[in-house]
Amino acid sequence: MSWLARPASETQITHGGRLWLYILAALVMLFLVAPTLIVVPMSFSDSQYLEFPPRTWSIRWYQHYVGSSEWMAATRTSLLVAFLTMLFATPMGVMAAYGLFVSNLRFAHLIFILIISPMMVPIILIGIGVFYVYAKLKIVFTIGGLVMAHVMLAIPLVLIVMSSALKSYDMNQEMVARSLGASRLRAFMVITLPQIRFAVITSALLAFITSFDEIIVALFVSGGDNATLTRSMFITLRDQIDPTIASISTIMVLVSTSLLVLAQLFGRSKR
Amino acid sequence: MSVANTISPVTSETTASSSATPNAEGLQSDAFKERLRLFGLCSPAFLLVLAIMVVPVLWLFYLSFLSDDGTFSLEHYQRMVASKSYSRIFWTTFKVSILTTILCVLIGYPLAYFLAQLPRRAAAICMITVLLPFWTSLLVRTYAWLVLLQRKGLINTWAIDLGLWDEPIKIVHNLTGTLIGMVHIMLPFLVLPVYGSMKAISGDLVKAAANLGATPVQAFWKVFFPLSLPGLFAGALIVFVLCLGFYVTPAVLGGGRVIMVSMRITDMIELHFNWGAASALGVVLLALTLGILYASSRLLKLDKILGGGVQ
Repeated sequence: MSWLARPASETQITHGGRLWLYILAALVMLFLVAPTLIVVPMSFSDSQYLEFPPRTWSIRWYQHYVGSSEWMAATRTSLLVAFLTMLFATPMGVMAAYGLFVSNLRFAHLIFILIISPMMVPIILIGIGVFYVYAKLKIVFTIGGLVMAHVMLAIPLVLIVMSSALKSYDMNQEMVARSLGASRLRAFMVITLPQIRFAVITSALLAFITSFDEIIVALFVSGGDNATLTRSMFITLRDQIDPTIASISTIMVLVSTSLLVLAQLFGRSKR
Repeated sequence: MSVANTISPVTSETTASSSATPNAEGLQSDAFKERLRLFGLCSPAFLLVLAIMVVPVLWLFYLSFLSDDGTFSLEHYQRMVASKSYSRIFWTTFKVSILTTILCVLIGYPLAYFLAQLPRRAAAICMITVLLPFWTSLLVRTYAWLVLLQRKGLINTWAIDLGLWDEPIKIVHNLTGTLIGMVHIMLPFLVLPVYGSMKAISGDLVKAAANLGATPVQAFWKVFFPLSLPGLFAGALIVFVLCLGFYVTPAVLGGGRVIMVSMRITDMIELHFNWGAASALGVVLLALTLGILYASSRLLKLDKILGGGVQ
C-alpha cells in the first residue's frame, strides 16, 4: 500500500485525499518565514538596490551601521532599556502572579484583568497618554521614563506565563516546607522557584523582546540622545528604503532567533 | 493560609460551645490578614499599570471633552460624526481589520489543522515557522515586505521572469501591500489559539464518527470543526482587535493611501498638536476595542483569549 493511499487521520481520509492540505500548509509556512529570512542574504549585497541573490557580496552596509555613531547609540539605548525592562518586569510579574494565585481572594480576578489590560488598550492610546503625562513631568526622552512604560507593557506577558505555570504547580510542596519550619519566603525560594524556573526564564526573555521590539511608545517618549533602535528604524523607513536597515534587521532576526531557541530549550527540558 | 483555613472550621465545630470559639475566629482573621498581605505582592505591578496607563488614559479622556479655549464641549466628538474624512478613516480601519481577519482565518485554520495532526516531533519543528515571526520584530517583518514588494523587488522580478505579468505592478504603498503585511504579522495570533483548541479535541470522537459511517468530510465538518470553533473564535477576535489599533505596518506599507485611526491620532499630535481631537479619536478606538472584547467575554473567558497568544 503506498503512502498516498494510507489513512492519514482518525477521519480515515487518505494522505492522497488531502495532499492539497499539505501543499497549502507548506506554502503558508513558507509565507511566514521566507520574507524575514530573505532579508539576511540581501543585507550582504553590494548594491544600493537590495538584490536577491546579490550579484556581488559585501559587508558595506554592516560597516555603515557599525560606523555610524547614531545607529550605535540607538542600539545601546535599546539594549539597555530592554535589559532594565527585563530586570524589573520579571520580579514584579512573578510577585503579582504568586500573590494573586496564593491569596485567592474574590476580587483577584479583577486585579488580574487590570494588570493585563495594557494588552487590550490600543497601544497608540498608551503612547500618547504616556507622552502627555511625561511631558508634564518633564521626563520625556529619558531612559527611566521609557523603562517604566516598557515594564508596564511587559508585565502582562510575565503575569500570564507565570500564572499558568503556577496553576500546574503543586502548592502543597511549599506547605510541607513551611510545616517543617521554613518561612514563606524561604519556602518559595528553595522549593517553588527552582521548579518554576523555566517559566521565569521564558517570561524574562519575553519581557526583553517586548521592550526591544517596541515601537509606538518609543516613538513618542524616546528621542534625542536616547532614541531607540526601532524608533530610528521606523523614522528612516517612512522616508526611504535604506539598505543599512537590512543589516540591522539581520542582526535583530539573529537576536530574536537566539531568544526563541533559548526559550524552546528551556521549555523542552521542563518535560 | 489554607492550612489555617481547613483547620478552623473543624475546631469551631468540635468545640463550638467552649472557649475555643474566639480562638477559631482569631485563626480565621489571621488567615485573612495573611491572604491580604500576600495579595499585596501584586501591588507594584498594579500601581505601575495604574500610574503609567490608567491615569494617562483618564487624562486623555478628560482632554477629549475640552475645546481649544479650555471649556467643556463635545466639539471633538461632534466633528467626528459630522466630518466625512473621519467616517472614511473609520471605514478604512474596519475594512482592513475585517479583511485581515478573514484572510488569517482562511489560511491559518488549515495550517493549525495540519500542525495539530503531525507527530509531536514534526509538529515542534513546524511550529518554529509560526513562533519565529512571533518573536521577530514587527518592524523587521514590515521592512522585509517593503523590500520584497517594491517596484523592482523580488516579487515583481520573479513574476515577470515567470511570465505571470508583463511589467512591474504596484503591490506596495496601497491596500494590497498593507493587507499582505498585516496578514503576515497577525497569522501567529490566530494559529496559536486554534492549534491549542484543536490539540484539546479527543481523536476518539472523530474515530467514533468514522466508525459510525461518516465520510472523512462529514466527520470533519460535523464533529471536528464545531469543536474547534471556540479556538477559532478566540483567534479571530484577537486578530481583529489588534488590527483596529494597528499603526506601523499600514504606515509603512500603505504609503499614505491607507489611513487608519491610529495614524490619524499620531498626525493630530505630531502635525497639529491637537490633543483634544487626538484624545477623542483614541477614546472612540478604546471604546470600540473594549466593547468588542466585553461582548465576546460573555461567550469566552478573556484570560483564555489573551493567554492563547503567549506560549
